[in-house]
Amino acid sequence: MTQVSENMLPDAEPVEMLLNMGPQHPSTHGVFRMVLWVDGEKVVDVEPHIGYLHRGSEKLCEGEQYHQIITLFDRLDYIANFNNEQVYCRAVEKLMGLEVSERSEYIRVILCELNRIASHMLFIATMGLDAGAMTPSMFCFRGRERIQAVFEAVSGARMMHNYFRIGGLKEDVPDDFVQQVRDLLILIKEDTDESDKLLSFNEIFLARLKDVAVISAEDAIDFGLTGPCLRASGVDYDVRKAAPYSVYDRFDFDVPIGLDGDCWDRYYLRVQEIYQSVRIVEQALDQLPEGEVVSSLGRRLIRPPAGEVYVRAENPRGEIGVYLISDGTDRPYRVKVRPPSFCNLSALRLMLKDCWIADAVVILGALDIVLGEVDR
Amino acid sequence: MPATILLTIGLASFIWIVVGLFIMFTTLSVVVLSLTWLERKVLGRLQRRLGPTRTGPMGLMQPMADALKLILKEDIIPASSEKAIFWVAPIIVVVSAFMIWVTIPGTQNAVIQNLDLGLFYIIAFSVVGILGLVLAGWGSANKYGTLGGLRAAAQLISYEIPIIMVAISVAMLAQSLDMREIVNQQDSYIFFLVQPLGLVIFFIAGLAEVGRTPFDIYFAESEVVGGPFVEYSGAHWSVFFLAEYINTFAIAALTVILFFGGWSGPGLSGDWGIIWFLLKVYLVIMVIFWVRGTFPRLRIDQLMAFAWKVMVPLSFLSVVMTAVYQFYEWPPWSLTAMSVAGLLVVGYLIYKRMTGPSRLAAQVRIRQQELETQRRALSHASTPAGGN
Repeated sequence: MTQVSENMLPDAEPVEMLLNMGPQHPSTHGVFRMVLWVDGEKVVDVEPHIGYLHRGSEKLCEGEQYHQIITLFDRLDYIANFNNEQVYCRAVEKLMGLEVSERSEYIRVILCELNRIASHMLFIATMGLDAGAMTPSMFCFRGRERIQAVFEAVSGARMMHNYFRIGGLKEDVPDDFVQQVRDLLILIKEDTDESDKLLSFNEIFLARLKDVAVISAEDAIDFGLTGPCLRASGVDYDVRKAAPYSVYDRFDFDVPIGLDGDCWDRYYLRVQEIYQSVRIVEQALDQLPEGEVVSSLGRRLIRPPAGEVYVRAENPRGEIGVYLISDGTDRPYRVKVRPPSFCNLSALRLMLKDCWIADAVVILGALDIVLGEVDR
Repeated sequence: MPATILLTIGLASFIWIVVGLFIMFTTLSVVVLSLTWLERKVLGRLQRRLGPTRTGPMGLMQPMADALKLILKEDIIPASSEKAIFWVAPIIVVVSAFMIWVTIPGTQNAVIQNLDLGLFYIIAFSVVGILGLVLAGWGSANKYGTLGGLRAAAQLISYEIPIIMVAISVAMLAQSLDMREIVNQQDSYIFFLVQPLGLVIFFIAGLAEVGRTPFDIYFAESEVVGGPFVEYSGAHWSVFFLAEYINTFAIAALTVILFFGGWSGPGLSGDWGIIWFLLKVYLVIMVIFWVRGTFPRLRIDQLMAFAWKVMVPLSFLSVVMTAVYQFYEWPPWSLTAMSVAGLLVVGYLIYKRMTGPSRLAAQVRIRQQELETQRRALSHASTPAGGN
């Protein structure tokens, strides 16, 4: 430890205290661990420790057949399962040159956007809890639970759905799916409005989040931030707009941009994204075509041609990338994931410069990391 | 030693003090149970859920179940803690919380021991509790505990000053520190009408004093994980819990006595006034729960800045206004006018800060629209790249 403090703190004073935050701290969002050097209530430096949730997912992928890997991707970002399933399926489909039916694409987009809403609702809830407000969390968890009820009706599971298949879906959605989602959207808007009115422009909440951990656009790009954390700094970049995949180019939606790149922008951007996702789902429901959804591959073993492919997508937390190498067998040679949470986390040390201990909690909360994805 | 005590105060009053203290402990314990139930229910309704429903009718037995659980739990004392300090800290906190109630009257007669210096005594004892919190934080040999204890010391001592200054201005109005006398002086008009500024300061500082949202900083569970209480469990922790609720009840009772005329109210006379007293106190407590369901938590530097830059000057202002009013023997409405003017100035400043958010919202919206028009113009100029 002496070596670390020599390296990191050239002018270390004996008054500084080493404060271990996590992996059992309630606001490190899982099993993240921060070692903070604090001077009174001020944070002098931070050393993040990850790996407490390391399951070796990428290595596990090499031992599984292509269909089986979908379940592993469910467990990477366990708040946004559908988005992960989609990006993996797209990678294999691109490798095999598979065409996916229109209907499956639309259902995938609907489920992914609903999952984005669920993920952002969880973020608002935890952000409120980090800042000490307990009521918004109740509203948001209620909304998220409603979304998960629809997921359960569709896939049979609240989380870890294992519903997307390479080349299509596991099965068609229930008969009343469209009506269910339409009813759900109304409730989602109500829930979001409720917590938005209570929390977003609350004066104490603003005092806690505004001008905390400001990241300039240049810094955000340098650190490889993506998703809401990047857009909060004013960079207009969303994979759904920059390189539209699936059927995203057929919808009319905005990409919210932040003003200052502080924690409040990172928070409020996600609130606005919920409304945009609602817009996308509404349009997708209107355009939803009839047709087959089950893949023509059936349950056959897949052996994609040897080659490599890189596919990216906009996850709730940022840009996820999947790099897949196939050697022509039924198992991939290598699967590499670029997880958005992990890359966003790299800016933590810059953000925690000269902040208060209470800010450290809020800053980490506004980054919205999921440890399943960081540690893989 | 007991003989000397008996000589000075007499056998009858000694027995009364013992019996009275016993009654007080019992009553306060029942009150705390009722408060925990009420808080769960009120917060539940605020958050659009039911709160406890399964234990007894309307969940009324929930506090009993909680208490039973807490007492039966293992009481863990960390090996590295200072045993003596660790043991004595909860006792200091809870004893000081109970001792305040010795002189708070429920009605003209419902008081254990009325003191001429009642208000002074209450303020003096409420500071003792801070010592217990600091000792608890230090004695548990935990960094979060230490941080929490130091936060508690800074916060509680800072907010003690506005409370004392407001208490002084009320004492000047009543010309007495005797709690019963303060209530009796409010026969013609309650002090809230002449000192609304004092009430606002007292209520906010009171929230900070008992560590209620938005001032629950010294035990903030998302930051210092319970602060001084982090290493406590079982019965020891429940003692802190008890003290916290007794203090909340005490602050509400003091607000009612100092500003809302205590047990006086239409329709009820004599000791039946306790009904009015409890009604008012529970109303104030409902407001405290309401605030808890609404607000996030302040940061420690914002909390201290608020104490020293807003609360302390305002409380001095309220003392000066009361002194001027008393000295020149102006009519009561003049003090009301002065106090309301003070409040209005503060209100205007807060209003200006409150319109900040709506300006911010407008700013955000304009920026969004600009970007969208830009993007649309761009996408018209060049067709977007499609494909996977």
